[in-house]
Amino acid sequence: MGAAAEAVSKRPRQRPFNWRRTRRGTVPYLLIFPVVATLAAILGYPLYQLFRLAFERYGLPELIAHHGVYVGLANFSSVLHDSIFWHTLLRTVVFTVAAVGLTIVLGTLMALLLVRVSGWVRILITVSLVLVWAMPPVVAVQVWNWMTNVQNGVLNYILTELHIGDYFQHNWFETPFSQLAMVTTLIVWGALPFVAITVYAALSQVPHELIEAAEIDGARAWQVFKDVTLPVIQPVLLILTSLSILWDFGVFTQAYLLIGQAAIVPANYVMSVYLWEEAYFKTDYGRGAAISILMLASVAILSVFYVRRMLRVGEVD
Amino acid sequence: MGFRVTRKLGWNAIGLAVFAVMAFPVFWMISTAFKSDDQINSFTPTWFPLHPTLAHFSNAIHQPNFGADVLNTLIVVPVAVVIAIVLAFLAAVALAKYRFKGRKLFIVAMIGVQMIPGIGLIIPLYVMLAHVPVLGIDLVGQLSGVIVVYVSAVLPFSVWTLRGFLLGIPKELEEAAMVDGSTRLGAFIRILLPLVAPGLVATSVFAFITSWNEYIFANLLLQRQGHQTITVWLSYFFGSQKATDWGALMAASTLIAIPVVIFFLLVQRRIAFGLTAGAVRG
Repeated sequence: MGAAAEAVSKRPRQRPFNWRRTRRGTVPYLLIFPVVATLAAILGYPLYQLFRLAFERYGLPELIAHHGVYVGLANFSSVLHDSIFWHTLLRTVVFTVAAVGLTIVLGTLMALLLVRVSGWVRILITVSLVLVWAMPPVVAVQVWNWMTNVQNGVLNYILTELHIGDYFQHNWFETPFSQLAMVTTLIVWGALPFVAITVYAALSQVPHELIEAAEIDGARAWQVFKDVTLPVIQPVLLILTSLSILWDFGVFTQAYLLIGQAAIVPANYVMSVYLWEEAYFKTDYGRGAAISILMLASVAILSVFYVRRMLRVGEVD
Repeated sequence: MGFRVTRKLGWNAIGLAVFAVMAFPVFWMISTAFKSDDQINSFTPTWFPLHPTLAHFSNAIHQPNFGADVLNTLIVVPVAVVIAIVLAFLAAVALAKYRFKGRKLFIVAMIGVQMIPGIGLIIPLYVMLAHVPVLGIDLVGQLSGVIVVYVSAVLPFSVWTLRGFLLGIPKELEEAAMVDGSTRLGAFIRILLPLVAPGLVATSVFAFITSWNEYIFANLLLQRQGHQTITVWLSYFFGSQKATDWGALMAASTLIAIPVVIFFLLVQRRIAFGLTAGAVRG
């Protein structure tokens, strides 16, 4: 009581100074608090839950009872002794390497092309890139279904007309390999705009005089690219590559929908689809959590690299 | 000189080929949506529908649950975007205008969080949302569950891109306003807010597109027909009948892509830089 009265009596003199200081100290924390709280609740807590679930038997009965049974490392050992897991991991790595490689190489070539074409062609290409970029993945899947359908898909028609081969009623989804190849074309097509436009922006940083000087000196196009252009766009390419790896390794929507739920089998699983089918579809959430953790762990190293890069880019302020 | 011209022509030819390959799927979607069923089912494709029909569009709109699911999407997406942008803006102000302990940790968290593949969290989110009744209603099957997930999904890149836009505002402007006798808040509202408005619009539009296109969580959390979002609706369209109605499917696809494409064209230029920094893909 006495202390409170004292504080009140002292307030008029001290307040301006103290108030301003505390405000300066707490304002930024008040500002970030809502974001931190939301992310903690919707990302942080599920992450914690994920680790708990991974050590529990958690199926449909446990979901209804709201209570899992601790089983130690049983889920992990079950997954790691599952040959489907290892095959899926290998398949996903191969798929990722192919998709990312194609995306980065074709995207860079497209950006280099954008520099060389006339203005009106550049506008045409840019518009098409933006259109593709904007296409919702689920919509793109349906367009792919339509273009590649067995009866009268336009892809078969065009390939046959161009005398590339007889593709009359060719089934593009016959084998797991061709299914995943189609998924790859869809992914690469959808990812090219982001890469091409970003690299194109980076190319504007390359000094013109250097390229011209190199060309006058008789350097070949490839040498000019390797020695002059590449060092300038390399940081951007590194960021794009690590992002693409993260995205493609975790791809779900296109793989799941283009192959089609009915045609999903262990032979065409990619990691995310494996997780979905084995965990969610078969209602073994504990095992699913273990798969999730193994998946997160395999991209974690790459993420660390990416975050460090981004920090360096972000620290320019 | 002649060599230069031929070379330019060569590049342009390659450029046009690239344009044709990239744009073709989009063109084919729109073109199919306007064709007659005979043209669609023919073995020889019709490239341009000379007598366009709107029948497929009306057919698509009158499919079961189309209207309900469009409405759901129009509730989920704007609500999620508004909440996310307000929260993200506050945090972005903190990052751009204040130095404080833990700032770096916060930035690392914002970038790092985006690296978590969404699919990795479906299991705990499903289990969790099936458990957390809000006002006695389980969040699984409720739009609110998806809204909450979308808010947290778009928060990190919104914070990061808005911070970039805020940093672009010259400090002198803000200081000048404060010298004129305004408080920090006054300076903020009168000077900062109008300047950052384009950034707010661009970031909101991008958050809109991300949520509009989202499929995984909507598919996981909304399982009753007529209570889903439009991407989930579209994913069920194909394969639900014996013979696919390609015209209606392409018309529906066109309708779903249109808002995204328009928005994207509006902000693409502004967001292109922020994208690299914010690490977003549609």
